[in-house]
Amino acid sequence: MANIVQFENVGLRYGTGQETLSDVSFTLSTGAFYFLTGASGAGKTSLLKLLYLAQRPTRGSIRLFGEDAVTLPRSRLPGFRRRIGVVFQDFRLVPHLSAYDNIALPLRVSGVPESDVEAPVREMLAWVGLSDRVDAKPPTLSGGEQQRVAIARAVIGRPEILVADEPTGNVDPDMAERLLHLFDSLNRLGTTVVVATHDFHLLGRIQKAHMMRLDHGRLLDPTGSLRFPPPNAPGGSE
Amino acid sequence: MSVKVIATAADRRLLDESRGTRAMTWIMAIMLFLTVLAAALGLGTLGAAALLDRQLAGRLTVQIVEAVESKRLDQTQRALAVLRTDPVVTRAVEVDRAKLTTLLRPWLGADEADPDLPIPAMIDVDLRAASDAAVARVRDGVRAVAPSARIDRHESWMSPVRSFMGMVTLLAAGLVLLMAAATAAVVILAARAGLETHRDTIEVLHMLGSTDVQVARLFQRRIALDTLIGGVLGTIGAVGVVLLVGWQLTTLGSDLLGGLSLGTRDWVLLGALPFAFAVLATLAARQAVLGALGRYL
Repeated sequence: MANIVQFENVGLRYGTGQETLSDVSFTLSTGAFYFLTGASGAGKTSLLKLLYLAQRPTRGSIRLFGEDAVTLPRSRLPGFRRRIGVVFQDFRLVPHLSAYDNIALPLRVSGVPESDVEAPVREMLAWVGLSDRVDAKPPTLSGGEQQRVAIARAVIGRPEILVADEPTGNVDPDMAERLLHLFDSLNRLGTTVVVATHDFHLLGRIQKAHMMRLDHGRLLDPTGSLRFPPPNAPGGSE
Repeated sequence: MSVKVIATAADRRLLDESRGTRAMTWIMAIMLFLTVLAAALGLGTLGAAALLDRQLAGRLTVQIVEAVESKRLDQTQRALAVLRTDPVVTRAVEVDRAKLTTLLRPWLGADEADPDLPIPAMIDVDLRAASDAAVARVRDGVRAVAPSARIDRHESWMSPVRSFMGMVTLLAAGLVLLMAAATAAVVILAARAGLETHRDTIEVLHMLGSTDVQVARLFQRRIALDTLIGGVLGTIGAVGVVLLVGWQLTTLGSDLLGGLSLGTRDWVLLGALPFAFAVLATLAARQAVLGALGRYL
């Protein structure tokens, strides 16, 4: 499989403090499924920000979709971002827009005609079990419902890469399983999925998933080839 | 890569309009009210000045200042003969003595002027073209037969008034330009404040792949609409004031002030002001937003 993402010796520093990420090198294969784990403060969110182009690295190189993402002109960022779906840890829903309009945003931003927006949005609402909350605004939704809207918004544009930061943090175990199944379905359609999570229960649910672990800003497995459960453990995938 | 603008209905919902106080509409109403008044003053004065120019240009009065009546009458007839044969003159008419007496009544009293009083003979002259050369030609021709003749150009009598009108017109134009600059400044401040208010939404839009132009369109559409609605309201108010002032001027019966009227072209120009300001606001908002967004990643 071709590499869709390639990080080489990437470092990230906010201001003049210590490096949040140091010497991070890995590759993501097109159509693969990755879990990114690590303790709080390990740098998971920072790494994801580099991945979805919300941040530029302080050093090192990042290749995304075969192009150098570090020196990518600002004018080309929107085109790249449209190929990446993001589930933010804090959801980042637009509070005055309905669930429907929040989910429709990526399509509208991409210039999809209004007549072609409704069907996929309603399908997505059904997919995340929110068909009865079409007009609800985020402040009236529970944390779990907001999370599902955020996930629906991230996947509606059929992104080439889906980046999810703790996507099951606010949902019950059943819903977490459903959402993971949703990511798996999307992955089967060819989307490369990267899920940052603390939830070790999830890690074993996707048998083919690769696991990357961050510790104090360093990737413990620079090749990105760790699997979960570990190969020598019972039920290991290799 | 598509950069098509977000659909209008959804577009309207994207920026939380309930958070805005819509103060912009009223600010623009006041701006346009003042701008239209200044423009109306400028256009009215310009029209009055043009009317004055048309009325006075090429008009002369020839005075035959000769104390001896027989000589005065003779010189007047000879001057008239010269003027009526001169191709640059379209009309030369001696002013009737009775009319002169009426004109002089405020200075000489209600009684008839003393018949022996040497009142100069006067000839009203209209020239084909109001050029200095034509005036010089008339002067030379008349003085050849009436050495004591004086030639007065009507334009020169009114030149102080004409200068004042020109100054008022320039002042009004300056005010309109200042108001346009102030409007652009208000729009830039409003756009920056709007960006700050909607920072979270804009960040989300950026992360979803919105271009700066798409985000700018959201603001420019909204600001253009505020400017247009406020501008039309302000213009309606100002037009009401202009009509009221115009009606009062007509009741004064002054020829000079009566010229301070607005023609069809002037009304069209005034009516176009809110649209012109909406375009100006749109461009200012676009530049302000694009400039500010350039600092985002």
